[in-house]
Amino acid sequence: MSELTSSALPESYRSGPDDRGHFGIFGGRYVAETLMPLILEVEAAWNRYRSDPEFLAELEYYSRDYVGRPSPLYFAERLTEELGGAKVYFKRDELNHTGAHKINNTLGQILLAKRMGKKRIIAETGAGQHGVATATVCALFDLPCVVYMGETDIQRQAPNVFRMKLLGAEIVPVTSGTATLKDAMNDALRDWVSNVEDTFYIIGTAAGPHPYPEMVRDFQSIIGTEAKQQLTEKEGRLPDLIIACIGGGSNAIGLFHPFLDDESVQIIGVEAAGLGLDSGKHAASLSGGEPGVLHGNRTYLLQSDDGQILDAHSISAGLDYPGIGPEHSWLHNIGRVSYVSVTDEEALEAFKQCCRTEGIIPALEPAHALAHVAKIAPKMRKDQIIIMNLCGRGDKDVFTVAEALGEEI
Amino acid sequence: MSQRIQKRFEKLKQEGRPGLVTFTTAGDPDQETAQKILNGLPAAGADIIEMGMPFSDPMADGPAIQLANLRALGSGITLSKTLDMVREFRKHDDETPIVLMGYYNPIHYYGNQRFLDDAITAGADGLIIVDLPPEEDDELCHPCLTSGLNWIRLTTPTSDEARLATVLKNSSGFVYHVSIAGITGTQSADSVDVESAIKRIRKQTDLPIAVGFGIKTPAQVRETGKIADAAVVGSALVNVIRQGVDKQLAKDQIVTNLHGLVSELAAGTR
Ligand SMILES: Cc1ncc(COP(=O)(O)O)c(C=O)c1O
Repeated sequence: MSELTSSALPESYRSGPDDRGHFGIFGGRYVAETLMPLILEVEAAWNRYRSDPEFLAELEYYSRDYVGRPSPLYFAERLTEELGGAKVYFKRDELNHTGAHKINNTLGQILLAKRMGKKRIIAETGAGQHGVATATVCALFDLPCVVYMGETDIQRQAPNVFRMKLLGAEIVPVTSGTATLKDAMNDALRDWVSNVEDTFYIIGTAAGPHPYPEMVRDFQSIIGTEAKQQLTEKEGRLPDLIIACIGGGSNAIGLFHPFLDDESVQIIGVEAAGLGLDSGKHAASLSGGEPGVLHGNRTYLLQSDDGQILDAHSISAGLDYPGIGPEHSWLHNIGRVSYVSVTDEEALEAFKQCCRTEGIIPALEPAHALAHVAKIAPKMRKDQIIIMNLCGRGDKDVFTVAEALGEEI
Repeated sequence: MSQRIQKRFEKLKQEGRPGLVTFTTAGDPDQETAQKILNGLPAAGADIIEMGMPFSDPMADGPAIQLANLRALGSGITLSKTLDMVREFRKHDDETPIVLMGYYNPIHYYGNQRFLDDAITAGADGLIIVDLPPEEDDELCHPCLTSGLNWIRLTTPTSDEARLATVLKNSSGFVYHVSIAGITGTQSADSVDVESAIKRIRKQTDLPIAVGFGIKTPAQVRETGKIADAAVVGSALVNVIRQGVDKQLAKDQIVTNLHGLVSELAAGTR
């Protein structure tokens, strides 16, 4: 695969994708023909509205008054002291309405769907955060909402299932394949193929066929744009390191993208290593996968030596996906971003540490990013600065954590 | 270019009847049984054979073919064994066209050119790759046509005139019209809609047109045969295998049952 390693460095890391949705060799539009006209329609609408002042004004209005943006950039002082190295800041997207970054994207997409005259919204969800964020905006804009969720995930994310129901969404349990997030996405695509007239598919991460990876990234980039401005106000400079967890990669690309061309800023993405990369039970597509094509894009995938997609494993349902957004695959190959992985056990330790030192119960997803912060902050100088995306709160995870810690609640 | 597909449609034209295209999945319920199924299809009345290359995530397929994929993968089938099945079939039959249908990832992993070379050597005649639209023709479509394999594409109810032109541009062998906007094995199309779609497609191509999705009975085959050059039946056949497995029938009985249904369906073309 020499084409993978010889990619020339671009003038800007922020210019992708090309007009066919490619980030280097990644991305693209690998979908059934029935869907192609719909995908092209979404792309045309997106290109029309992405810089439309009225669209952007409406997005800003709801982001501020409904979601609660900007989210604070918070100096985690006690954690910093305990780690004894670089200053750690949290970008607190867990304070958003619905408790995670996911709503930045669902809000943007539903405003687009409204303008396209769509009458019905579908979504896939793993942890249930994206499902909740979609059900929320569907209630807000009065559109029916169908959420596909794997049986396995329904079991381990019961609080979110009930929240979606309260918000008026229909939850379709997915039993096909391995009954997790990838199968939920398959079933959502099957629904879309079968309801081409009136349905808009709100994809929950920066993956899928073009224009989704770009569109989701742009809606999530508010995270990095705010963080950059906030740190400039507080410290008068850029961070030395920014770091985020990766499921499909939307919170991470949202933080990273505005910093990609700031060469002094080191960038790290944290994948879920589950029971360990060698155990075969993990969700680290970059560290443990190979390039392939799934869900409309070429990207790194966990797959067998016959090209069959393998099941991912992570204690965090939101990271439990065998693929990753195509822009991350590209950033990995050209070396702009380093990707590491953190095990279930390490994430649990970080989860506890965050509760104890900062009084913040984080979601298990960002606990992965935090676990890596705990590894490297002590090795950095005290005048150096880290921004970590605290992209979700942990209310949804307390049962999972209790079980992992052997406690009954 | 492989000529079997073209010759077969010429023969059908001479006989003055539409063709029956059967779809089954390689390795379903296991490789040995699937080979017996495959080998007996022409005698049972299949004019063209479509064989599914199993994939873990068949996004365009309904429950019946999803399960067929899982049964096949569970029995240990691989892409290379799928090609072995074609090779074995060709020992006995050098005329019936075989079209391999599937998703891109297993081929991508196998290596595109290596796959094309091996598929041709094995005796395949064409490919239908569901998740490779014209926008990605550089990937496999162009190399496929250069290598001498037919590239068969799907037209759908969502294809307008402009889109049809795009879809038909690099199509060869025949056109597969998907008669419903949906997944395999669910609802059946309205024959008026299909007829008008076929008229629109014929304006833009001289290739034969096969119609599929939702065709389950001899009567539906007959109806389809009046307006199209061939009818494709998949889920109904695959369900015979499922029922056989569920009832724990002897493998040879499953083969017999499946060929029995193919014969009934073939009556609709005669
Ligand atoms: C809190 C939280 N963080 C992260 C993720 C992973 O998604 P992504 O990588 O797209 O940010 C999820 C997904 O459900 C989530 O709920």
